[in-house]
Amino acid sequence: MPKIVIANTLADGFVAFMREDGTWSPDIGHGAQAATEADAERLLERALQAAAANIVIDPYLIEVAPASADADSDRPRPLEYREYIRAFGPSVAIPT
Amino acid sequence: MYRYDEFDSTLVRERVEQFRRQVARRLSGELTEDQFKPLRLMNGLYLQLHAYMLRINIPYGVLSSRQMRTLAHVARTYDRGYGHFTTRQNIQYNWIQLQQVPDALADLAAAEMHGIQSSGNCIRNVTADQYAGVAADEIDDPRVYCEIIRQWSTLHPEFSFLPRKFKIAVTAAPTDRAAVQVHDIGLRMHRNPDGEPGFEVVVGGGQGRTPFIGQTIREWLEPADLLSYLEAILRVYNQDGRRDNMYKSRIKILVHQIGADEFRRRVEAEWAEIRDTALQLPAAEIERIRAHFRGPDFATLSDASDLLEQQALANPGFGAWLKANMAPHRVAGYAIANISLKSLDAPPGDMTAAQMDAVADLADTYSNGEIRVNHRQNLVLPSVAQRDLLPLYERLVELKLATANIGHVSDIIACPGLDYCSLANARSIPIARQINERFQDLDRVHEIGEVTINISGCMNACGHHHVGNIGILGVDKRGEEYYQFTLGGSSGADAALGDRTGPGFSAAEAAPAVEKILQTYLAVRHEGERFLDTYRRVGMQPFKEALYGAA
Repeated sequence: MPKIVIANTLADGFVAFMREDGTWSPDIGHGAQAATEADAERLLERALQAAAANIVIDPYLIEVAPASADADSDRPRPLEYREYIRAFGPSVAIPT
Repeated sequence: MYRYDEFDSTLVRERVEQFRRQVARRLSGELTEDQFKPLRLMNGLYLQLHAYMLRINIPYGVLSSRQMRTLAHVARTYDRGYGHFTTRQNIQYNWIQLQQVPDALADLAAAEMHGIQSSGNCIRNVTADQYAGVAADEIDDPRVYCEIIRQWSTLHPEFSFLPRKFKIAVTAAPTDRAAVQVHDIGLRMHRNPDGEPGFEVVVGGGQGRTPFIGQTIREWLEPADLLSYLEAILRVYNQDGRRDNMYKSRIKILVHQIGADEFRRRVEAEWAEIRDTALQLPAAEIERIRAHFRGPDFATLSDASDLLEQQALANPGFGAWLKANMAPHRVAGYAIANISLKSLDAPPGDMTAAQMDAVADLADTYSNGEIRVNHRQNLVLPSVAQRDLLPLYERLVELKLATANIGHVSDIIACPGLDYCSLANARSIPIARQINERFQDLDRVHEIGEVTINISGCMNACGHHHVGNIGILGVDKRGEEYYQFTLGGSSGADAALGDRTGPGFSAAEAAPAVEKILQTYLAVRHEGERFLDTYRRVGMQPFKEALYGAA
């Protein structure tokens, strides 16, 4: 399965995914996907530099199922439930 | 209630400005995350699954209406418009941005609130009976002693780096509403044979991965000796508690390993050295603090039970609310009104900013501007004239805060679980919701009667599952959420840890399992017998059969 880098941005703390160009997006759909181990290592290397530069905190790789037309999500879906909740928010409605 | 003196305000204000500079240094890169993390934790700022989480102390669960409005303001201005009241009588904000935390803390400081010692290996917020000062059954006001402990433990230099966190709870009533037997130190005021009030001192209780009911190391302690005795306990723990393994570093492990008698011996030896020092509490100082809690001059009212009965007949919803959510007040003509934060409208303990503002208004109108937070994640208006209960109820209905379920099956404690918490292994809130959905029929809820359901999303037990009459612990089983059940737990005066039923259940099976447990209870209970008493009488077997089939 492909891998994406997840982290929290330092200044606001929100979950973020690293784009191809090394910038960060709150949308997992924008996350750069590594198809091979070598690609994944390169992505993580770059993310760790962003952590060292105090842009993000605690970046790491997560495995995702690619977006597909027949699934209910048009975005990649993290395989681990914890990461799914991080990517898409609490599974319960926010009180309003 | 207690108001900050100059010392308190200066301390909190200076801490905000210090943290403002620390945040600036972190944002500029001058501090690394490893350097910054202990600094932010000392101010109650965690990093959770989705964002930073800010925990603000509500000392012994007491809030003024002004403070509640400040909490609403912080939720609205710096967060996503809501907050979460916790099992430690605190509030947590889930979406606070690091760059805005200093401003939020400054606003909170202006209302005498902060997050100092809401995290870290120090003495945490002291918790208390939420009915303190107004309970019909109490022998003294525990807030007086909580405030004394708060002042003593705030930035106590010797106890700022304990082996592990440290939690103290205080009650002064025979009915334990503060879960004192599952705290590091539980203080229970009672009268000695001479009729003098003093504290039974219970140590080494706790939940988490290694739960223990606390043990009494002193039957009666004179209030004047409170701080010297606490200091002696903390010194023994600080010196002898383990620091090599965080899972074995709570005081409960020390007490368990050396035994309560040896622990008592060490404490008493230390106490003999420090008892007659400056830690001795002069009666005048106790009275000075007590004056802060003197409370309003209550009107001379007569008991309004006839009026309430008529109103309840005309409005059965009000009748149900009265039955479940009222507690007896020490002053005739008044009542303690509980506000349930357990409905299908929001996760347990969650409240919107608009609701917080509205409850602040209600406190001003009906309860001398005072609000309490309890460890079951509900609110209390401590002093409402009985004749005002109906208008209060009608307003609470409009606010969706009138659920008549205090102490009943849908009044579920649930930690934030995997929906928010980075430590969790499984979700808690959806399980609470699924159970709540099954018990929407209030007649049935009241037919089942008094029962506590407590849910934790990991073994750290923030949801107090060990001491729920029905306890539910979420675990991760090969990537799937599973829920282990315990029965027979209690955090009251009859405190007990629950017994495991057997194998766990999937998320879909959890609420049906609760249903089976309660159906079994209804089938075997004696007239008027609570769930806990039935369980203690009949044991696990009938429940096991209902859950897993006959062996």
